[in-house]
Amino acid sequence: MKRTDAIASGAGPAPILSLNGLSVRLPRTADRTHAIADVSLALAQNEILCVVGESGSGKSMTSSAIMRLLPPGVSADSGSIVFDGRDLLTLSEAQMREVRGAQIAMVFQEPMTALNPLHTVGKQIGEMFRIHTGLDAATIDTRVLALLDEVRLPDPQSAARAYPHELSGGQRQRAMIAMALALEPRVLIADEPTTALDVTTQAQILRLIRDLQKRKGTSVLFITHDFGVVAEIADRVAVMQQGRLVEQGPAAQVLNAPQHPYTQKLIAAVPPLTPPPPKRVVAPPALVVADVSKTYSTGGFLGRGARVTRALDHVSLEVPKGATVGVVGESGSGKSTLARCIVRLIDPDGGRIQIGDADLAAMSRRQLRAATRRVQMVFQDPYASLNPRRRVGELVAQGPMAHGMGRREAMEKARSLFSLVGLDPAAIDRYPHEFSGGQRQRIGLARALALEPEILVADEPVSALDVSVQEQVLRLLADLKSRLGLSMLFVTHDLRVAAQICDVVVVMKAGQVVEAGPTAEVFMNPQADYTRALLEAIPGREWSGRSASQQRHHEGELT
Amino acid sequence: MRFLRLYLRNPAAIIGLVLLFAVLFLAASADIFYPRDPLSLAGRPLSWPLENARFVLGTDSSGRDIAAQIFHGARISLLIGIVATLVAIVLGTVIGAVAGFYGGWVDDVLMRITEAFQTVPSFLLLLVLVAVFGSSLWTVTLAIGVVSWPAPARLTRAEFLSLRSREFVQACRTLGLRDSAIIFKEILPNAMPPLIVYASVVMALAILMESALAFLNLSDPNVASWGNLIGQGRGVLRTQWYVSAIPGVAILLTVLAVSLVGQGLNDALNPRLKSR
Repeated sequence: MKRTDAIASGAGPAPILSLNGLSVRLPRTADRTHAIADVSLALAQNEILCVVGESGSGKSMTSSAIMRLLPPGVSADSGSIVFDGRDLLTLSEAQMREVRGAQIAMVFQEPMTALNPLHTVGKQIGEMFRIHTGLDAATIDTRVLALLDEVRLPDPQSAARAYPHELSGGQRQRAMIAMALALEPRVLIADEPTTALDVTTQAQILRLIRDLQKRKGTSVLFITHDFGVVAEIADRVAVMQQGRLVEQGPAAQVLNAPQHPYTQKLIAAVPPLTPPPPKRVVAPPALVVADVSKTYSTGGFLGRGARVTRALDHVSLEVPKGATVGVVGESGSGKSTLARCIVRLIDPDGGRIQIGDADLAAMSRRQLRAATRRVQMVFQDPYASLNPRRRVGELVAQGPMAHGMGRREAMEKARSLFSLVGLDPAAIDRYPHEFSGGQRQRIGLARALALEPEILVADEPVSALDVSVQEQVLRLLADLKSRLGLSMLFVTHDLRVAAQICDVVVVMKAGQVVEAGPTAEVFMNPQADYTRALLEAIPGREWSGRSASQQRHHEGELT
Repeated sequence: MRFLRLYLRNPAAIIGLVLLFAVLFLAASADIFYPRDPLSLAGRPLSWPLENARFVLGTDSSGRDIAAQIFHGARISLLIGIVATLVAIVLGTVIGAVAGFYGGWVDDVLMRITEAFQTVPSFLLLLVLVAVFGSSLWTVTLAIGVVSWPAPARLTRAEFLSLRSREFVQACRTLGLRDSAIIFKEILPNAMPPLIVYASVVMALAILMESALAFLNLSDPNVASWGNLIGQGRGVLRTQWYVSAIPGVAILLTVLAVSLVGQGLNDALNPRLKSR
């Protein structure tokens, strides 16, 4: 920390990369004139600078501007980007190619799309040497293996021969990092490199970046939206809002004593990791899932040699009336499959899904159409879950209309639901694209509530939203749940969110329930190894633990 | 309005629209300028255009006014084009939508049928249908529609395959909507833009197919179609070439107009091209 304090006070070595009053102009049709306005940043030798912001803050545009890879129609119109004494904005395309990859390298968010699926990983990493150096093939091969070893891929030989789809997400990201570090660049730009990864993999990748940075003395510009990640990795932090830099400083200072109101708001919106005190739930179950299984088999001929995936392996759980049950797990744990089985978007192979006396799993399509009104779903993606060609009022009214309500009455209901979820009832004549992500998620919620369900199944309802919007939607969900007496099954990969909203959590792994219990008990005293690993992998765990206890302390003083 | 602005930004699309309006004008004003039956005898056969002030475009080998036939022929061409396109698009859309939405064996069966139609050249199939069912205007039009549905069906199926797994479709299922409502009210509007564009191709092909039939004397001889006129001129092609050339140019311009309008629609409906 001392080192970074010195840099912040200006006494350290000259920065390796600095943006001076940089502005990036957007095309005339955009909603604002500049993606980045008058941003000045300095990246010192041997430090990790985190640029944090919500979507639309211009953080990714900053990295594109440095690499001179701005989309067509977008260009830097004032300021300079000084790297190694030269202004990158004035370099020719040919000179810029010398800089990219060799001096400033980049790691992207989605390793699957950033890697070419038709070439082996080894070949793609070797390409860096073939383009930028005159090394012979044998030397390149040894260098590639050394790199893959350095990013701790378990078996460098076979990893080099593998195609991108043969590696897991975390392994692909390691390969990407190996590629970025191949030519020992002086600056590494990492644009949300762990956002697409599971929490345990994320923790490993963050540790890897941190280690490599220390060993090689690379300067890292790390772009993220997640304050947990910032707490985990940053030396210094720069906070961006709407294209402007609102605050920067040493990590400890920004995280624990934010000065700017926007930073304060963002940090306050990060859900604390400590669950609320356990509420005894003794109500009778509203939903019983018993022994539900779902198996997928792919490939194979006439049943032979098929690859069988157990998406759900005899899963049982109960949702007590009026309670929120969280289903947590990493990708591939079967949590989304479970949610979809409960609303019968997927037909389970066996087991019971009991609401009151009715067993949804045994119903025919026709019976199901009538029964669906008792259990409704809120979807993950606020952009894909609303039909872009229908007015939002119709979207909300179509459920009641399908169950026999008249059009006028249904539209009236849509209007009242809009005010219930905090939207302007006059907006029902608009189309989905006129709403923001958070507003769309409210529309999705209104649509689910239109049928007056007893049970709400929410499949990652806030994971596509910015943290401040996320907080509002979660509060709305909790509020509506208690007002309408709903029972909720809440599927999430985010343990912070689960801690905040769930009374009971069910931890899933590879289609099986590994642990279930009241949230506070599971979080404070996890029984299964997997639960412990998940909890330990939460980024910024120590920081948020501390701030949460501070918060509780304050609350205690107030009451 | 925004759509119209996007459309009018493309000069080729404007030319197409102007040409299409010109053809529509011919069709609409045929009874005003040429109230008599266009197939009745009007004067001396085979008079060259402008030779006689009464016949601006001359007369054919039977002494019928070519200009009158061009005006009235526009109606027939547009009628055949529009009706055949409607038949092809409706048939293709329903089959493609059902195949794409349900998948599985339904898809297999419907797609094998579609392929069976596609393996036979459509013009040959058209000849067979006309030979079997006769060559009145309506049978010819319907036959053209029936041989043109496989391509729109495949297009619709492809759109449905990608749209059916979208979350908004799943949301409709959880609301308890019927499959028919999901197919036609939810998914189909999203699949329409490429279909509308493809409809212009089907329409241009339909007009050409009717002309080709007429050229072979297999279309309805009792209507004044452009194709019939070309067929008429076949015997005197080397000396009085204008008899075939004038309706030929009319067909060329109409097909061009429809294609340009289709291209314009494509550019305007395709969001990725908007920034260009």
